[in-house]
Amino acid sequence: MNTEKQQGGWLILLTFLAAMMLTIMPLPDFLQHLRPEWAALVLAYWCMALPHRIGVGTGWIAGLLLDVMTGSLMGQHALSMTIVAYLVINLHQRIRLFPLWQQAIVIWMLLNLYQLLLLWFDGITGQPSKGLTFWLPPISGMILWPGIFLLLRRLRRTHKVN
Amino acid sequence: MTLDHRQQHLQTLRAGLSLLVAPIEYVVDLPFNIGRWFDESLSSRQQLLEDNARLHAQNLLMQARSLKNADLESENKRLRELLGSSVKVADRVLIAELYKIDLDPYKHIVRLNKTAHHGVYLDQPLLDAYGIMGQVIEVLPAYTTARLITDPGHSMPIQVSRNGLRTIATGSGKINQIDLPYLPNNADIQEGDLLVTSGLGGVYPPGYPVAHVTKIERAPELEFARIQAEPTAHLNRSREVLLVWSGDRIKLMRSSQTPPSSEEEVQAP
Repeated sequence: MNTEKQQGGWLILLTFLAAMMLTIMPLPDFLQHLRPEWAALVLAYWCMALPHRIGVGTGWIAGLLLDVMTGSLMGQHALSMTIVAYLVINLHQRIRLFPLWQQAIVIWMLLNLYQLLLLWFDGITGQPSKGLTFWLPPISGMILWPGIFLLLRRLRRTHKVN
Repeated sequence: MTLDHRQQHLQTLRAGLSLLVAPIEYVVDLPFNIGRWFDESLSSRQQLLEDNARLHAQNLLMQARSLKNADLESENKRLRELLGSSVKVADRVLIAELYKIDLDPYKHIVRLNKTAHHGVYLDQPLLDAYGIMGQVIEVLPAYTTARLITDPGHSMPIQVSRNGLRTIATGSGKINQIDLPYLPNNADIQEGDLLVTSGLGGVYPPGYPVAHVTKIERAPELEFARIQAEPTAHLNRSREVLLVWSGDRIKLMRSSQTPPSSEEEVQAP
């Protein structure tokens, strides 16, 4: 792998940028609480597809940018993203073999963990509780996962990112 | 890292990264900007004429009102001098624009396009034409973040304008509601009462409208009455907002290197 030239870095960057844009895109009120964690989903895909390139470090940087963007505590999203990246890399051999619906369930559990960490930080810093709607984004993320997976795989193959 | 942030050491890092993030926000905001631009440039002559006439009439009305206001202000000043209390200085405002982006559905925070460069400072109050909107919580080189009064983490000192009863209003997390959790059951407050800023706490200038009381629930078994109020400001509709400098802050703003251009400056009563 080391001898091969790595290419397609711009595509990875572009997908992360798109994810961040979707994160702050204005949505109608009833969709607000359903907005999936785009950045975490994209990160999970790349960690699974290219574990030798995208990993904990990328997750950390993307998380830090998310923190700045959403005005949350510095490091809140960064740590959550780091842990998602770590788990996906640890499991990538197994997740790759799963059929799509099983992948989606794994992703749902990962996103739940992600939300749990965010909630934990909010709790520590004394922010009021958010109710049950806080657990909707992992479900919408799970539903969207097959689409995201197929789209990103198509992009990865056509542009020969490795 | 989290602890570090509490002591504000990471503010510089955040400032640096905000420059990286700003283009993303700009791009997301762009379609709305373009839409508005099209809207403006494609509106018909007839409509523009109508708008013009309406605004002209409104302007006349406002001017008449402000004439009376000037008179009242001078009278107020005289009376205050008689009383020997400090004279209330006219407030200065600057128009800022909100970015059309969603940050966090559970927090009511907004992003403004004015920065420290324009003299914006931390804790600066934010208004629209109808009342208090919130306060600035973060001033970065690329943008400013403000918290609305309905944010669940926000509280502000207010008073009932009818009788001067002072209390604290906290955000409810709903965009059209703030709560008054600390008034006893026998407090003199009625539905429809106007709540104004009391000026205590030093963040908000006194006397600006905040909300109208909409619902009072006096439960004998509870220590405090449950009171809800609806903000007078159009929190989810305004795109242009006003940043206010009051009292000593005006001088500070004048001494900052680049004062805002004169056309953006407006004297508020």
